[in-house]
Amino acid sequence: MYSQGLIGADGKTDEDEAFLAAFQERIDAEQKIEPNDPMPEGYRKTLIRQISQHAHSEIIGMQPEGNWISRAPSLRRKAALMAKVQDEGGHGLYLYSAAETLGISREEMYDQLLSGAAKYSSIFNYPALTWADIGAIGWLVDGAAIMNQIALCRCSYGPYARAMIRICKEESFHQRQGYEILITLCNGSDEQKEMAQDALNRFWWPSLMMFGPSEGQSVHSQQSMLWKIKRFSNDDLRDKFINATVPQAEFLGLKVPDLELKWNEEKQGYDHGEIDWDEFWRVVKGDGPCNRERMRTRRRVEAEGAWVREAAHAYAQKRADRQAAARVAAE
Amino acid sequence: MAKDNTLFTYLLRLADDHLILSQRLGEWTGRAPTLEEDLALTNIALDLIGQARSLYSYAGAVEGQGRDEDQLAFTRPERDYLNALIVEQPNGDFAHTIVRQFFIAAFMVPFWREMEKSDDEQLAAIAAKASKEVAYHLRHTAEWVVRLGDGTEESHQRMVEALEGLIIYTGELFENDAIAKAAIAGGYGVDTEALRDEWRQTVVQVLGEATLELPNAGYMQKGGRDGVHTEHLGHILSELQYMQRAYPGLTW
Repeated sequence: MYSQGLIGADGKTDEDEAFLAAFQERIDAEQKIEPNDPMPEGYRKTLIRQISQHAHSEIIGMQPEGNWISRAPSLRRKAALMAKVQDEGGHGLYLYSAAETLGISREEMYDQLLSGAAKYSSIFNYPALTWADIGAIGWLVDGAAIMNQIALCRCSYGPYARAMIRICKEESFHQRQGYEILITLCNGSDEQKEMAQDALNRFWWPSLMMFGPSEGQSVHSQQSMLWKIKRFSNDDLRDKFINATVPQAEFLGLKVPDLELKWNEEKQGYDHGEIDWDEFWRVVKGDGPCNRERMRTRRRVEAEGAWVREAAHAYAQKRADRQAAARVAAE
Repeated sequence: MAKDNTLFTYLLRLADDHLILSQRLGEWTGRAPTLEEDLALTNIALDLIGQARSLYSYAGAVEGQGRDEDQLAFTRPERDYLNALIVEQPNGDFAHTIVRQFFIAAFMVPFWREMEKSDDEQLAAIAAKASKEVAYHLRHTAEWVVRLGDGTEESHQRMVEALEGLIIYTGELFENDAIAKAAIAGGYGVDTEALRDEWRQTVVQVLGEATLELPNAGYMQKGGRDGVHTEHLGHILSELQYMQRAYPGLTW
């Protein structure tokens, strides 16, 4: 998982026209931009913002699903869930590495997360309350993430595009696993089916919000499109997701919680109800059901692990000193 | 039948060891001191649950009453669980988790190596796979033992406390009770008493490198093999088994 439509990036840049034109020419020619290439400061900043936000989402995203590892209802599901959450940690690592090629350190990015200066995907501020939520997260949340990320595989920045290609392979697998959990529930008892419907009811709209604000409100979207950091608009990706997902819900025998959802023959796609943008902005700004809890957990984990990291540094230093001393003695 | 009963119990003990330890390590997922260590602990947990599943499935087949891995894992109460006490000990701080894992890995390496020679083909096959994994667990935890022991004053002190807290649960690993003896006599079990010296040697050598000492433990706490646990296990099982208890007999 989980990039979200980029929020709050500042694409401002102050290079001269000739530099910007030459850069744009490379972008338009579909050349990949690599770490040592000259790039506008706004391009660099936007990417740092987006990639680190994406990385943070992977890390915070470990919490809602991690919440069910100890309670997964079968050993097979437990193993799959652990493997999935572990993959997310790995995705976080790739993404931090990709962002580091832009000249920022992981620690610096991490501090931005802990201080609240950097965002993560709004979806992880919703609680995973039942086992069916684990299925819904896999199906909808990973599904939405894939829509975003497939598009990012062609992003103009090489390291990000390559990270996305790798991540998408694992992500598709998670999505199928999540959908399979729901198939099992929907073929099960009435209670299980109810559990599945309830999970869809709670995760449908938050999943649609993962694509970010509508274009009218997405100030920085245009520059990102021009630089080919993003290749499709938030709304286009969201529509694509809805068109792919509604038939999957029908296959499960579940009802999408949108009374205005209707097939539009003319555009060959679904019309849907309005997203609650007040809720979206509220959650992004810190007032969702789990924002406080997610950050508190992350800060506590950081604080409790400090002595371990200090010990590792101290030992590494001692070892280096000893090796240096041994070298001197040998000379 | 008698042989099968013994083999069944013998397999359950091993399976329970692996499941409970995996459950404990799973509690660390998303909460480890570094991202790299988060991945490593979850990786070990995954290896362990994989072993547990093989062992439960085999145990179910040996028992012949149609119980599968999930029925064995999710429907037995704590008095029927047969894991060693050490695996159910709380994670505590990172030092406790590392010492617990290190003690067990240092035991499991020779254990699985010997089990590879078992007359029981299934057990030998499970052992062959487990041997590779546990060698990695031992390397990883031994490196942390050294880092923490020879790190800062605080990390050293935490390691001393972890060693003192956990040492009394190590004796049980080497006990050959009636079941273990029958398994050895049957040609498929491992004589764990014979592994004690090798375990000690491994542990003392790594601790030495870590500027730590193995505490002297006169008294050793045991009981897990007979289903007499510490007060921790009941809580582990209430979480582990919650879904199957609340919605019995369903497919998930």
